[in-house]
Amino acid sequence: MSGWIPVCGYQGLLPERGVCALVDGRQVAVFRTFDGTVHAIGNLDPFSGAQVLSRGIVGTRQGEPTVASPLHKQVFSLVSGVCLDEPEFSVPVYPIRVEAGLVQVGTGA
Amino acid sequence: MNKIVVVGYGPTAHRLVETLHERGFGGQVTVIGEEPRPAYDRVALTSYLSGTSVEDLTYPVPPGTVTRLGGRVTAIDRAARTVTLADGSAEPYDVLVLATGSAPFVPPVPGAEHAYVYRTIDDLDAIRMAAKDATEGVVVGGGLLGLEAADALRGLGLKTHIVEMSPWLMPRQVDEGGGSVLKSHIEGLGLSVHAGAGVQEIVAGERGVTGLRKPDGTLLDAQIVVFSAGIRPRDELARASGLDVGERGGIAVDAGMRTSDPAIYAIGECALAGGMVYGLVGPCFTMAEVAADRILGGAATFEGADMSTKLKLLGVEVAQFGAMDGALDVTYMDPVAGVYKRLFISDDAQTLLGGICVGDASPYGSLRPFVGKPLPAAPSDLLFTGSGMELDLPDDAQVCSCNNVCAGTVRTAIADKGLTDVPGIKACTRAGSTCGSCVPMLKQLLEKSGVELSKALCEHFTYSRAELYDIVRVRGITTFSELVSAHGQGRGCDICKPAVASILASLHNGHVLDGERAALQDTNDAFLANIQKNGTYSVVPRIPGGEITPDKLIVIGEVARDFGLYTKITGGQRIDLFGARVEQLPQIWRRLVDAGFESGHAYGKALRTVKSCVGSAWCRYGVQDSVGLAIDLELRYRGLRAPHKLKSAVSGCARECAEARSKDFGIIATEQGWNLYVGGNGGFKPRHADLLAADLTTEELIRTIDRFVMFYIRTADRLQRTAAWLESLDGGLDYLRQVIIDDSLGICAELDAQMEHHVATYVDEWQTTIDDPDKLGRFVSFVNAPGVPDPSIVFETERDQIKPVEVAVR
Ligand code: SRM
Ligand SMILES: Cc1cc2nc3c(=O)[nH]c(=O)nc-3n(C[C@H](O)[C@H](O)[C@H](O)COP(=O)(O)OP(=O)(O)OC[C@H]3O[C@@H](n4cnc5c(N)ncnc54)[C@H](O)[C@@H]3O)c2cc1C
Ligand code: SF4
Ligand code: FES
Repeated sequence: MSGWIPVCGYQGLLPERGVCALVDGRQVAVFRTFDGTVHAIGNLDPFSGAQVLSRGIVGTRQGEPTVASPLHKQVFSLVSGVCLDEPEFSVPVYPIRVEAGLVQVGTGA
Repeated sequence: MNKIVVVGYGPTAHRLVETLHERGFGGQVTVIGEEPRPAYDRVALTSYLSGTSVEDLTYPVPPGTVTRLGGRVTAIDRAARTVTLADGSAEPYDVLVLATGSAPFVPPVPGAEHAYVYRTIDDLDAIRMAAKDATEGVVVGGGLLGLEAADALRGLGLKTHIVEMSPWLMPRQVDEGGGSVLKSHIEGLGLSVHAGAGVQEIVAGERGVTGLRKPDGTLLDAQIVVFSAGIRPRDELARASGLDVGERGGIAVDAGMRTSDPAIYAIGECALAGGMVYGLVGPCFTMAEVAADRILGGAATFEGADMSTKLKLLGVEVAQFGAMDGALDVTYMDPVAGVYKRLFISDDAQTLLGGICVGDASPYGSLRPFVGKPLPAAPSDLLFTGSGMELDLPDDAQVCSCNNVCAGTVRTAIADKGLTDVPGIKACTRAGSTCGSCVPMLKQLLEKSGVELSKALCEHFTYSRAELYDIVRVRGITTFSELVSAHGQGRGCDICKPAVASILASLHNGHVLDGERAALQDTNDAFLANIQKNGTYSVVPRIPGGEITPDKLIVIGEVARDFGLYTKITGGQRIDLFGARVEQLPQIWRRLVDAGFESGHAYGKALRTVKSCVGSAWCRYGVQDSVGLAIDLELRYRGLRAPHKLKSAVSGCARECAEARSKDFGIIATEQGWNLYVGGNGGFKPRHADLLAADLTTEELIRTIDRFVMFYIRTADRLQRTAAWLESLDGGLDYLRQVIIDDSLGICAELDAQMEHHVATYVDEWQTTIDDPDKLGRFVSFVNAPGVPDPSIVFETERDQIKPVEVAVR
């Protein structure tokens, strides 16, 4: 069954600074990029096994929005979840939208 | 064959064992050296008297090498394949390498037993001791080493004479014309030169040496006599064991460095190769490499070597390359400026044969590679303007004579390995790593090979950090967005964002989490704490100078106990508390701030600690209050953002218990004040700091450090510690002195003002964070469940404290 869970207000989500939300017991890293788009990916850094991706630096690589793991700096695409440094690794991507000023993450996807 | 024994542990032996190690030799290597220490850079020996430590001179012993120091080999038993040492022990070998070097020649004149020689660290220690009670000294020998010894005596404060048999100084390197120019230079420095004179006797009384008598009967007053009248190969072991030696000394070897016994090699100054004994380190290194190759089954040969020399003695440049005569020659002489240059040319005026320079050695670098080749320009042009000319080197022209490297080899290395700087060339080809005189040539080769030294920070900026710093400063930019939209592209990354954050912080000193700046920070700066492997953070309160009251210690203990944190004393004289979750950080800091603690910036590229020794307050040797100064410095520079972290230390006397010379800026107390050392580093590539200024007052000291740090912040690269920055600074320490002491760029007032601004506007980041609800809101594990701790963080217990549970990854 799929649905949308509100996690925070859009205004409270600072551009280029992630937050982590608990969605159905899963840790989801939520980002708002400079142009206002929102993204959600898994918070677990596959390289260190720590739940930290929401605390990485947000930027772009060749125009693609990215976050760098704060532990060992591998860069992940916010769009595909693929690690751009080592494409064998990737993190899950979750549906996300803004409704009535609230950021919502999709479940059951 | 698996056991190699090397006799003698000088530079040549070192190059041999290093090469064997680098080439993966699998057997056992034992080096037996008579001196009490591993091999050191004998070429730089004199610098020992001006303060270079033994440690800095010493070559690293390659891993796996067995050394027997202070052990003299007294016999070789070739049949049994063993060597015997003076203590009676024996060492078996499969292959023996003799690298016994040479010994100074002491002529058999009456009183010679009172004289000193100039070859080892022990010799220099003895001379330095003797110089304490002396006012005058004589050096016998006016060659390369003799002049170096004379310079050393002069440096020790003695009135110095040089006695030379030949009619002029340095007869092996210069001709009569050059010798006379050299003499006037040296006399100008207050030394007296007695050329064309020998030694009759060394006169000694009850209280030691009183003088040296020349054959004409005149007496030179002196309390120290140093012989530097040539060297003799140390071939005594070889002789006694029946190996072939040359008529005039030297162990005879073939082109593969093998002696008349195929199990024994001889290399370095003790070897007679192609009828020559070589007294320069370059050919010795080549011999070592040839022998290593042969031992490993190769077929390398020693083809003789270039005996060119270039040196700066007593401030005078002297150089000689190629032949010292020829059918034709061109001479340039300027007695007023003290310059003499002469080139030797073949009779058809086509080929360069050699040259001599005194007072200006610039033709050495540019023309030496052309020896034996067609002249690159008209001889007179070469002599008058040759210094500034950029000449195209043929591939087979030797650029580095110390390490026998040709221009072609350097070019290939640049192209194949993508080298972009001189350190890269040194590491790959060894060129430039010995005497350094070829470094300008290496730079030229880099430039000419069209190496576009990319300074671009990352894909978002084509500028270097220093250029961005200037753009931000000059344009008055205050945000990343402004900078990237006007001067970059995209939205930045984990490389440029923290770099720009640091520039903005150095220039404006606002709170690192204010506005957009919060999004630029690495997680460490974003949470004002250091992230650990399991996503928790560590907390490091500042403990200036390492001094702390019992009450404050108790607070730290209580906080750690109440939050269940792991505690450890750091290498920086303070206490680290590990294992805090993000939501605990503000609570922990509330307690610490209330007790008077501040952020220690362990997370920032900023000042870390100023370590101190206990100093004059308690220590019986201390000459200044090192703790007091360390605290003042730590409080002055706390919070200052920089291209990389900054560390400092203050020692109360020369015993250096605070290890100040391993710091970015280190201070050592003297009777008169403070000595300031800069550019030290521990860490990955240790470097001892260099003395920038001596005997400063506290006020002068602080002003100098202010400028040093600000100039570094202004010009260094991203994540470049001061050690690497100083090494890359064109003109090095002298240039740095010109800029920050003599104000050659006229920027000192600006640097001073910037530091004043920093000091005046500093506030504790943690104090302002815990007082600001907006900033505090960020310290949660989950945005939608602020009270919930991250369930993925689990600990186990080890030695009564917590420890992250290991997770299997990848
Ligand atoms: C805690 C401490 C080890 C200890 O238990 O003693 C430590 C811990 C770390 N050091 Fe260190 N270093 C500590 C003293 C040192 C020292 C010794 C000293 O300062 O006297 C050195 C060598 C001296 C030097 O820096 O020149 C040192 C050389 C490094 C380096 C290598 C720097 C270099 O130039 O090569 C790094 C890596 C870097 O900065 O890029 C590093 C980096 C780190 C980091 C920040 C690694 C990281 O990114 O996670 C460690 C995390 C600290 C934390 O979480 O709190 N640490 N580190 C010491 C903290 C001192 C303090 O109170 O601030
Ligand atoms: C002050 C000074 C300045 C110099 N400047 C320059 C320069 O600018 N450029 C240049 O090219 N060269 C220079 N040289 C020369 C250079 O140092 C030598 O070419 C180089 O040291 C030769 O190295 P080696 O290992 O063959 O011999 P050595 O350095 O003499 O080392 C031989 C070692 O073997 C030990 N030994 C000898 N016999 C035994 C034994 N039986 N048992 C155990 N150990 C033994 C000796 O004690 C010594 O430590 C300079 C030399 C001096 C002294
Ligand atoms: S450096 Fe000198 S003053 Fe400081 S503790 Fe050591 S011996 Fe004492
Ligand atoms: S010529 Fe001495 S290091 Fe290159």
